Amino acid sequence: MKGNLEMSETDKEVDVLSGVETTGHSWDGIKELNNPLPRWWLYVWYGTIFWAILYMIAMPALPSLPGLGSRNTPGVLGMSDRSAVAESVATLHAERSAASAELLTASLQDIQNNLDLQQFAMAMGESAFGDNCATCHGAGGRGAKGYPMLADDVWLWDGTLDGIEQTIRHGIRHEEDVDTRFSAMPAFGRDGLLTSVQIDDLVQYVLSVSGHEANAGMAARGEGLFQSNCASCHGMDAKGSRDVGAPNLTDADWLYGSSPDDIRATITNARNSHMPAWQGRLDDATIKALAVYVHSLGGGE
Amino acid sequence: MGLMKKHETLERHSLALTLGILVTVAIGGIVEIAPLFYLENTIEKVEGMRPYTPLELAGRNVYIREGCYVCHSQMVRPLRDEVERYGHYSLAAESMYDHPFQWGSKRTGPDLARVGGKYSDAWHVDHLKDPQSMVPESVMPPYAFLADNKLHYETIGDHLKALRFEGVPYTDEMIENAKADLIAQADPDADYDAQDALVARYEEAAGREGSVRIADYDGNPDKVTELDALVAYLQMVGTLVDFSTYEADDLDNRR
Repeated sequence: MKGNLEMSETDKEVDVLSGVETTGHSWDGIKELNNPLPRWWLYVWYGTIFWAILYMIAMPALPSLPGLGSRNTPGVLGMSDRSAVAESVATLHAERSAASAELLTASLQDIQNNLDLQQFAMAMGESAFGDNCATCHGAGGRGAKGYPMLADDVWLWDGTLDGIEQTIRHGIRHEEDVDTRFSAMPAFGRDGLLTSVQIDDLVQYVLSVSGHEANAGMAARGEGLFQSNCASCHGMDAKGSRDVGAPNLTDADWLYGSSPDDIRATITNARNSHMPAWQGRLDDATIKALAVYVHSLGGGE
Repeated sequence: MGLMKKHETLERHSLALTLGILVTVAIGGIVEIAPLFYLENTIEKVEGMRPYTPLELAGRNVYIREGCYVCHSQMVRPLRDEVERYGHYSLAAESMYDHPFQWGSKRTGPDLARVGGKYSDAWHVDHLKDPQSMVPESVMPPYAFLADNKLHYETIGDHLKALRFEGVPYTDEMIENAKADLIAQADPDADYDAQDALVARYEEAAGREGSVRIADYDGNPDKVTELDALVAYLQMVGTLVDFSTYEADDLDNRR
């Protein structure tokens, strides 16, 4: 049964024009050259197959073979990306360990008094600050509207080394942390505690105590409102209280702006900004380094 | 040429040739398809994973719609500098309820796999409205319109249903109450019973407490906006797994 397909019985048949051996097949007189694959290519190909087999034996590869349960074949080299990264992070910590172990045990005051340790903490704090804190507090702690400037000596809660560490560790109004710094300003306007007219008077009073131009008559009416509604936190003299993070209203520093509109918005909707707690996200040495760094930015107490 | 002769037999019998092709293609098919049946084995057993709450899911839909994945990955790779910067490397289990997952392959902006809880809600709101006001060197475009867009949540239950079809373990109760749950999570001053029900449902799915947060995410208590949803989603990304129970050295978790 050969039909039209002619198969040559001789093994070697050489094409006259090209001098290359043919496959011996002939379709209507057309023959196929049998050029061999380049040898280098063939060997590389065999090599890759061999390599794949070696790789499968050496590295984690096949899932769920009988007897392995839900595991992969582990590979005879026992390699694992996840173990490798745990190891390299551990190595990094070990490299830092001499200085960072000292950071861990030393009190913040000791760190500041020991020049070497302080320099180490500053370098570590600076890089951690850029990565984690500058997003809100700005590069170098310059702050933004609603995000306190850390490079000045105005502190809402506590500007001492220990106080700064406490703030970083537990955050401000971070409800998931029981040790967080907490206070809540009421939304006097939104919740209907004061009328719109009363708030207007209060705005004028707040402007007057901070040395801004204000309507004297309205400010006088506002003073009574201030004493009965605001003084419990901001103080009779409006100088604020760090126990509850209530800002001093008589100075020139305004976290949320000092225009009448800004102050009105503050009284109407309240300002209770939130800073996340960093304990757990950052390690202890980094938190201490950050406290030293922030303390040094300009206004540490 | 013995082998060639055998090949000739195949070429001359169409049925034999068809069967031969079928066998060859089947081998290739098995090699490609069989691993999919073992996909479950690549997902670590971890504590704390739960399906997205309706509000988070709506936020995730906004995230996908706005193409956040084009510039932000959600995949902390097991490399030292990534773990140092972003936190624990991502686990397969963390995206097991993602359809589609948001791993991404390009980082014009930072990775977001561990962004949940890193910043305050107010920061996210300010930053989404005007990124340069928070990070002057940022090239991110502003998304201020999200604060004005009312969130369309009428059909959110259907989204849950579709995901259940994909294998996400939403219960009938979750699907039935999807709309109420969404509203409850976006307004801390609303119906406390609805809030308790929402928290109970999803904490039971998570198997631990403290994984459902209720807040007025965009700072505007008047309406539920797309910004509410997006911030709710961003604030939970990467926070579900209880890493205190994750054993990196366990042979099942080796990769």
